[in-house]
Amino acid sequence: MALSGHGTSFIFDESWFPTEGQFNMIPMLVGSLLVTFGSLLLALPLGIFSSLFASFYCSPRIKTFYRRAIELYTGIPSVIFGLWGLMKLVPIINQIQPPGQSLLAGTLILALMIFPIIALSLISSFEMASKNHFKVSESLGLKKSTYIWFILLPNLKGQILGATILSFGRAIGETMAVLMVCGNIVKIPSSMFEPIRTLTANIALEMAYAMGTHRSALFLSGLLLLSMIGVLLLLSDFLKKRFAWKA
Amino acid sequence: MRFLAVILLFLGFATYADEKIVITGSSTMAPVISDLAKLYESKNSDSRIDVQTGGSSRGILDARKGLAQIGLVSRALKENEGDLRHFTLAKDGLAIIIHNLNPIKELTEDQIKNIYIKNVTNWKLVGGKDKEIVVVNKAEGRSTLELFLKFFKLKNSEIKPDIIIGDNEQGIKTVSKNPNAIAYVSIGAAEYNASVGVPLKLLRFKGAEAKVQNVKNGTYPLMRELNLVTKGNPKGLADKFIKYVLSEEARQTIKDHYFVPINAK
Repeated sequence: MALSGHGTSFIFDESWFPTEGQFNMIPMLVGSLLVTFGSLLLALPLGIFSSLFASFYCSPRIKTFYRRAIELYTGIPSVIFGLWGLMKLVPIINQIQPPGQSLLAGTLILALMIFPIIALSLISSFEMASKNHFKVSESLGLKKSTYIWFILLPNLKGQILGATILSFGRAIGETMAVLMVCGNIVKIPSSMFEPIRTLTANIALEMAYAMGTHRSALFLSGLLLLSMIGVLLLLSDFLKKRFAWKA
Repeated sequence: MRFLAVILLFLGFATYADEKIVITGSSTMAPVISDLAKLYESKNSDSRIDVQTGGSSRGILDARKGLAQIGLVSRALKENEGDLRHFTLAKDGLAIIIHNLNPIKELTEDQIKNIYIKNVTNWKLVGGKDKEIVVVNKAEGRSTLELFLKFFKLKNSEIKPDIIIGDNEQGIKTVSKNPNAIAYVSIGAAEYNASVGVPLKLLRFKGAEAKVQNVKNGTYPLMRELNLVTKGNPKGLADKFIKYVLSEEARQTIKDHYFVPINAK
């Protein structure tokens, strides 16, 4: 309905004021992508290094403990992250630059939420790969770091990509946490300290009270989200095949 | 065969016993009326209540034309609407809230308006500390937003918010953690949170304390009535449903939607 009645209004309208007939969704699309890629940028190194630590640089006992802890960590509901962000993180950012609810806050919270997914899936990939190759490389006299940087990681590109895609899906679909810490202003941000609204937060904020065209517009934004994830999955499938372990 | 006949007979009775009414009107009231209708239907399985929205004027129009048995009107009735019977379900009030540490006690209508359209961006200009004002607005479609816009004669696109929130709780959490924020939320939610020690302050408005009590007795101006209207005296299911929504039983549901039930103590 929103599509047929308003055509391309969801791209070209001035802004998002559904009750005044303006349906521009681009700022929210940009917001979703920014916060997602930002958090991936932070979570990837965090995930890779923590999985390397668990797999190669600690005793088996600590490894088990570490792994259990991360597993537990992935089970924390997102609303808890959101509440923690709103009560602790946002006031700190607010002191640096008001209002505190910002792209930065969302990025940090999301990074914290998704890095364990990356870490967990990489720990198991490392285990599988190292079963054969680690001993061989040791017997060849290679240093551990040489093995990791020149053999393991280059050959596990596909797995790292897979883990990234998995966490991308989690991050872009995340609703409650970003709704609480991002400020929800529909505008393309010009700095990390400005608030944003994501597509998911938009649906959660407005669906309960939306009627008529407003409601259809929200469904359209859901479709937009779905197709974005679809495109990304196809892309990752393609890339995964290219990077597959060639041993 | 006999079994089938029994089922058919039963179905026949079921359709015969079904009574259906249509309720249309204010989108502010539709969610709470929908909830109440669902509760009513679950207790009286032979009733069907269809709730549609379209604004208060549609509620009036449909009730007049007989297209709907009950109309929902989220304002006091005008003089030329005296041909309809009205039943006041509840009142909807909003409180302007700021952090406890903010020294301001009262703002005028103009000051609030200027803060929300960012003509005034520093608390200093309205008698507070030298701090940037953080403006908190509600998401589209919320009834408190609608009431706020109507009262201050603003369009949502004129407001320049720093933060947009969804429900009242989120607004209260935001303000309680930000000494420079200003927000408006349903009065019931604000009063409850302030009473349990959340560091927020309800601003006086036009000389009246922001209190549920003052919404009830009508001295606090930032509020409106939520009315059910019927053409003539309600009959049948419409009558029963109106009695139900005005009863003790419905009160909690109304409160859950942060409205102030009219018959509450």
